[in-house]
Amino acid sequence: MIPHCQLPSHIATGPHVSPFVSHNEAGAPYGDHRSEDVHVPANPASVPFAVAPSTDKGEVAMGEPRKHTTTPYVTGNSVLAIKYKDGVLMACDMLGAYGSTKRYKSVQRIIRVNDTTIVGASGEISDFQYISNLLEELMTQDFCYDDGCTMTPSEIHAYLCRVMYNRRNKMDPLWNSLVVAGVDKNGKEGNKSFIGSVGMLGTSYTDSHVATSFGNYLSRPLFREFQRDDMSLEEAVSLMQEALRVLFYRDKTSINKFVLAKVDGEGVAISKPFALDTKWDFKAFMNPSKHAVGSW
Amino acid sequence: MEAPTKMKEVLTGTTIIACTYDGGVILGADSRTSSGNYVANKVADKITKVCDKVYLCRSGSAAHTQAVAGYANLYLNQHAIELGDKGCSVKAAANIVKEIAYGNKAWMNAGMIIAGWDKKEKGKVFVVPLGGTLMDVPFAVGGSGSIYINAFVDRNWKPNMTKEECKSFVRKAVSLAISRDGSSGGVIRTVTVNEHEQVKEFVTGNEVPVYQDEIQSKGPPQVEFVSV
Repeated sequence: MIPHCQLPSHIATGPHVSPFVSHNEAGAPYGDHRSEDVHVPANPASVPFAVAPSTDKGEVAMGEPRKHTTTPYVTGNSVLAIKYKDGVLMACDMLGAYGSTKRYKSVQRIIRVNDTTIVGASGEISDFQYISNLLEELMTQDFCYDDGCTMTPSEIHAYLCRVMYNRRNKMDPLWNSLVVAGVDKNGKEGNKSFIGSVGMLGTSYTDSHVATSFGNYLSRPLFREFQRDDMSLEEAVSLMQEALRVLFYRDKTSINKFVLAKVDGEGVAISKPFALDTKWDFKAFMNPSKHAVGSW
Repeated sequence: MEAPTKMKEVLTGTTIIACTYDGGVILGADSRTSSGNYVANKVADKITKVCDKVYLCRSGSAAHTQAVAGYANLYLNQHAIELGDKGCSVKAAANIVKEIAYGNKAWMNAGMIIAGWDKKEKGKVFVVPLGGTLMDVPFAVGGSGSIYINAFVDRNWKPNMTKEECKSFVRKAVSLAISRDGSSGGVIRTVTVNEHEQVKEFVTGNEVPVYQDEIQSKGPPQVEFVSV
């Protein structure tokens, strides 16, 4: 068999869209039923810019979207990030949950990308490891340019936005919510700190405080109330601990083992794992079903 | 346009345990009620009294088990009036629970452990899992967290333990389950029932022992940054 030289569909430039497809009333394309992709014309020769579906069984059939991560398995929960006076602070716990099971308790979900940027992820851990690899390749490339400057946090955020959005367009998302944070020494309007977020659908934004997953509901109200861009490090750490504590109380898949990472003018520092103090000895907690048959 | 997501049913995704010792029974449970991934109640009380000296540990749907407990309480109160001083037997209580669970098996999601002390049989543990089977057992574990500790309780339970041995066995089992099950957590509640007493106690969340790879919380944390 003559091998058909063609880029596999997951590397090529996205879905092959042709405006010239005709359908019958039921919505199915005329002609060749080998391909189920309504965007691919039956006879490629008749249409400009169309590529023939590969008949090589080794490659993914053109019609089918390549399915990779359709359900997450080992997942991380919230990542929080806030700006403070000297830079940015990011926090998360160290759990890799397997459904409801608290399976892996030393998962590092915040990585140092370069001296000015950290990235944290919630969602599927294997996809985050892949992203971590991509970022390392990016930094190696940046180093090889040898042009006297390193990529800034906003540039890394923009890169990750492209990666996530393009994967989502191929119906093969990276199942993560990423938080990019860092200090941009040459930032616009003297604005040094940067925090950006990107989700698995490619939605992205930047703000003074960001949270993923449950943190959006439980921690961001605290940030809205108490975060200020000119907070000291102690105030910021204290606020972060409050936000982490409420997540530990109220998010099912969480453990009392956290990591804080900061980026300031000096560079990146990631803390050793620590546990928070929790309070359970309220009188009302001791015998809640005193007046009821069964307290839920 | 897909329908908006329904609110997840409130479950006592749980760890419950009851075991006999020399002179009575000890019941134990965690205190977490979850609604999806959200912890709706972090200090729930899953050990419910159904009649004097007989308690029910609840797992599964919070609504279903509360209803069963309510009905069991009703019928056993009526039964107790007829019995007078004799007091309700644990066996009778377990049978009432079984009748309700079995008769409504098509639409119930409730796994329960009935345990207590009566004059005739002394300490007794019965378990009514999904479907309404009734089993007389020396000890039982239930709920989503029970899978993580089946091997542990099988290995470590022995007959005729003392009250203190049994209590620490129950607490250790529940803390091991909490360590791995996301649906279990909070405080560890125990109820000790014997001829002389019915005592409710709890171990606060920060005193629950932690195992491999976790850190015991001991007051305000000292955060130590390390440059990378």
